[in-house]
Amino acid sequence: MATVILPRSLVALFPGTERRHATDAPTVAGIFDALERDIPGLRDRLVDSGPNLRRHINVFVDGEPASLTSPVAPSSVVHVVPAVSGGAAGPV
Amino acid sequence: MAGRVLLLVGTKKGGFIVDGDAGRGVWTIRGPLCDGFAIHDMNVDPATGTLFAGGGSSWYGPAVFRSDDHGQTWTVSSAGLSYGDGGPEISAVWNVTPAHGAIYAGVGEAGLFRSADGGATWSHVEGLTNHPSRSEWQPGAGGLILHTIIAHPTDAAHLWIAISAVGCFETMDGGATWQTRNAGVRADFMAERYPEFGQCVHKMAMAAGEPLHLYQQNHCGVYRTLDGGATWQEITAGLPSEFGFPIAAHPRDPLTSWTIPLNGADRGRFVPDGAAAVWRTRDGGDSWERLSGGLPQEHAYLGILREAMAVDRLDPVGVYFGTSTGQLWVSRDEGDAWEMLTGDLPPIYSVEAVLLDG
Repeated sequence: MATVILPRSLVALFPGTERRHATDAPTVAGIFDALERDIPGLRDRLVDSGPNLRRHINVFVDGEPASLTSPVAPSSVVHVVPAVSGGAAGPV
Repeated sequence: MAGRVLLLVGTKKGGFIVDGDAGRGVWTIRGPLCDGFAIHDMNVDPATGTLFAGGGSSWYGPAVFRSDDHGQTWTVSSAGLSYGDGGPEISAVWNVTPAHGAIYAGVGEAGLFRSADGGATWSHVEGLTNHPSRSEWQPGAGGLILHTIIAHPTDAAHLWIAISAVGCFETMDGGATWQTRNAGVRADFMAERYPEFGQCVHKMAMAAGEPLHLYQQNHCGVYRTLDGGATWQEITAGLPSEFGFPIAAHPRDPLTSWTIPLNGADRGRFVPDGAAAVWRTRDGGDSWERLSGGLPQEHAYLGILREAMAVDRLDPVGVYFGTSTGQLWVSRDEGDAWEMLTGDLPPIYSVEAVLLDG
């Protein structure tokens, strides 16, 4: 099973959720779908209607930048990271 | 009417709740709430007391937060807040309005969503997006956002919404079909000065006890309608500027409303001459009076955004506004005298006043 590590600011939206998960799926998109079954609403926080990774969400599989279609091996470590480019407010 | 006021304050860096005492003189601030999301609007369902906060995160997208215990604990959902795979991205919720047992959310990119389960899941009100004008909607400076939702007090199928740089729409069949409601409203930035749609409405408010009597602060003036938006009359005369964002209506007197003019769209968008004032009409907009008691009159370059003014239901009415520089101002006498409640909040996007019993 792949190891998935979620950001602290994300799990804060789902009280009781751990940051580290063991999940079995062949792609990043599959990993998120699997997590969604245990944590309803999580996928919406990471994926827009493209469907694409949200603009300011980075995913790394075994240290390499990844997209939703990137493969995930059973031994992989998947890091989900809020990008430093996020945090700016939109126009008001 | 007795009670104490709860102020719901949405900011760039989360929501805040300000608890007032019975005299509206002592206030206690709680927050930041909602996990650092920018909160564009906070509201209460008067039927249940449930609080809602709508906003968005540049990382995690749009969301509506819900609290059943006056803000002590919150849950969050955006399930269904989507135009579907391949559709436009929704960046944030700009308005959340409970009405007749449902919750409505206005979002950017502009559209209307409805929840029948208290905000747990959302459904797209497709009738608005299917309006024939949709392909010609253009964003304003704040984006293409649906920022105002007004529900008829007794007819659950009757709503008005407003979208910046698009205008006002009305439905009388629960959102299946919509009509543009912009006749008489100027759009000086367009080739056609009075188009069917394209007007840059900034905020609307319903007059007390008269559901077809609405006020509107627009990019190009202040207006009123007495026929639900079929025709609008300009009531800018007497104000120092046609430009501003919020407008608020008295809870009992349909002829009284308040607005806060800013110096102009291309002149900095702060109070004219750096002298802060709220303007009030007691005659439905035929005349206006400048209210500046306690407000700074020199070098006060305050901006007030569209959702950042509110009134309570006490007598005399309390009026509240927040600034884009984090000041929260309070008047206990319908705007005559003002005190700064705090000057240190993040940029304020929204203010709502909730009256609690006892």
